[in-house]
Amino acid sequence: MSRRLFVAYFKGEQDILGATRAARSAGHEILDVYTPYAVHGLDKAMGLKPSRLPWVCLVFGLLGATAKLWFQIWTSAFNWPVNIGGKPLASIPAFVPVTFEITVLFAGLGTVGAFLLVSRLRPGRKPPVSYDRATNDRFVLVLVEGDASFDLQKTIELCKEHGCLNVEERLENES
Amino acid sequence: MSDHTSILRSPLILGNKSYSDVTEDVALPLDRSPGKEWWMAFAVSSSMLFLGLAAVTYQVLTGIGTWGLNNTVGWAFDITNFVFWIGIGHAGTLISAILFLFRQKWRTSVNRSAEAMTIFAVICAGIFPIIHMGRPWLAFWVLPYPNLRGPLWVNFRSPLVWDMFAIGTYFTISLVFWFVGLIPDLATLRDRTTSKIKKKLYGFFSLGWDGSNRTWLRYETVYLLLAGLATPLVVSVHTIVSWDFATSVIPGWHTTIFPPYFVAGAVFSGFAMVLTLMIIARKVLHFEEYITLHHIESMAKVIIATGGMVALAYLTELFVAMYSGNEYERFAFINRMFGPYAWAYWIMVSCNVLSPQLLWFKKVRTNVTLVFLLSLAINVGMWFERFVIITISLTRDYLPASWDGYAPSLVEIATLIGSFGLFLTLFLLFTRLLPMIAIGEVKGVLSYGRTKDRDSAREPKGVRALHEKVPGGVV
Repeated sequence: MSRRLFVAYFKGEQDILGATRAARSAGHEILDVYTPYAVHGLDKAMGLKPSRLPWVCLVFGLLGATAKLWFQIWTSAFNWPVNIGGKPLASIPAFVPVTFEITVLFAGLGTVGAFLLVSRLRPGRKPPVSYDRATNDRFVLVLVEGDASFDLQKTIELCKEHGCLNVEERLENES
Repeated sequence: MSDHTSILRSPLILGNKSYSDVTEDVALPLDRSPGKEWWMAFAVSSSMLFLGLAAVTYQVLTGIGTWGLNNTVGWAFDITNFVFWIGIGHAGTLISAILFLFRQKWRTSVNRSAEAMTIFAVICAGIFPIIHMGRPWLAFWVLPYPNLRGPLWVNFRSPLVWDMFAIGTYFTISLVFWFVGLIPDLATLRDRTTSKIKKKLYGFFSLGWDGSNRTWLRYETVYLLLAGLATPLVVSVHTIVSWDFATSVIPGWHTTIFPPYFVAGAVFSGFAMVLTLMIIARKVLHFEEYITLHHIESMAKVIIATGGMVALAYLTELFVAMYSGNEYERFAFINRMFGPYAWAYWIMVSCNVLSPQLLWFKKVRTNVTLVFLLSLAINVGMWFERFVIITISLTRDYLPASWDGYAPSLVEIATLIGSFGLFLTLFLLFTRLLPMIAIGEVKGVLSYGRTKDRDSAREPKGVRALHEKVPGGVV
């Protein structure tokens, strides 16, 4: 089932912030906001929760650290022990630098991988929706025209108050 | 002054740009056919690259006997170049990660190209240890992989193995960081280009970015996390490079001051290289309104700070050598200053300690030509620093009977020239193929759109007005 969407175009950061806040307090369901750059405060205005990606970063970092430390101890002390300069077989302090590097490598690649996965970004994918100039200089507010309580004229007024340039209606899944 | 909200700070980007002005300005060099200057620069850099390729081919086929090395001096030109190039890369990470964490907004104009510079510099650096192996086709031996010789694993206690992991991680994370930063800009280019091939390519690499704020929120989180990871990473990389020397017993190498000394030196030389490239690029590509005098001044200030650290490190290691009572250590420094390679030491001191002091003066910092010349001097000085540390320390160590001299062979010089050729060729291609300035990030620091008086923000000029023909417009 495709829902009807209400799309409003703005030209500035203040406009989109104000309009988003107003739309949210008016009780509209905000599908998304499309902006040419990361507008600070917009996540709060939309009521988005902070991303959980830092946890992914932590988990991958710990995974990398444990795996690499284990691997170094296993290769140096168990699998094929070689006496090098009389140093202990499991020379933990000497294993720190490589463990650190692999921690960073795992954490970084894991975070970016998880980001691409949850954002459904992948090479060659066509953008699911396209709003004119949203990657250039337009800020686009997309509301769901949910139920009978959605008043088109009132919403247009609300957007106009915040310097809306023009509005349009679309069906979801039609881009 | 209704152009920007704050009267305390002047705008970072000049010319009262609108959002679409930024898009058009940055994308312009990608649409135009390259000018005469670009082709001339490309001809020079690719000739240097081919000279280097010929030299490397010759030395790989013949062996590293083609170099000026001898029994005493086993590390000289190649390792000097390796440390030099790795150091150059560090400024890019400093700008993209550390300045991001410190909320230094001026970084947005230079971070893209500085990160590109990092990647190209690490590529140049990586070549030297590999050809130094003499049999580069066995380079994979530095990796721990299962084999039938035991399995005999690499020695994880060796700084050279640490180095391989450090450089590998550094290259990978820098590349990923750079690419993540590029995604929104590639989408911008995809949406504006009219060429079919470009639309395909930008479309492929922009991963279907649509500017959704839900994605932006995650994107910002990822960017912050990568910056947080890259900051200790960049410190660790040059620390580990310095351990290649500090864990040995050569007088002049075996000191605990090396890690901070090398990291400060790396940032110092890297910023000099960023300045060299940016001053040319802003002129040739007409980015004076984006890379302003303010940017050049800020970078010059970083050079003063890191140059001061480098000078302090020179004095400290000199003092410790004299005060320690260790005669080998003391001799190493007397030999550096007054021995047969004293000229290299004094080039290093005059370029790295004396010349940056001129940057204390605002008149000098705002004089682009002078800053350019000083940045070249620092590049030269930092190359000589590595030469002084690595080569001079090796020529005369404990036993006078084993002392020897060193002079680079033509093959080594050609390889150094070749590495510059590779670096410049990659950079020139980059200026043609990708947006040199982070479009999305610069838009975030514009004063446009933040003015209290909304109507004073002018409508952009010369943009295809796409939205007018949208069906269903109600307003």
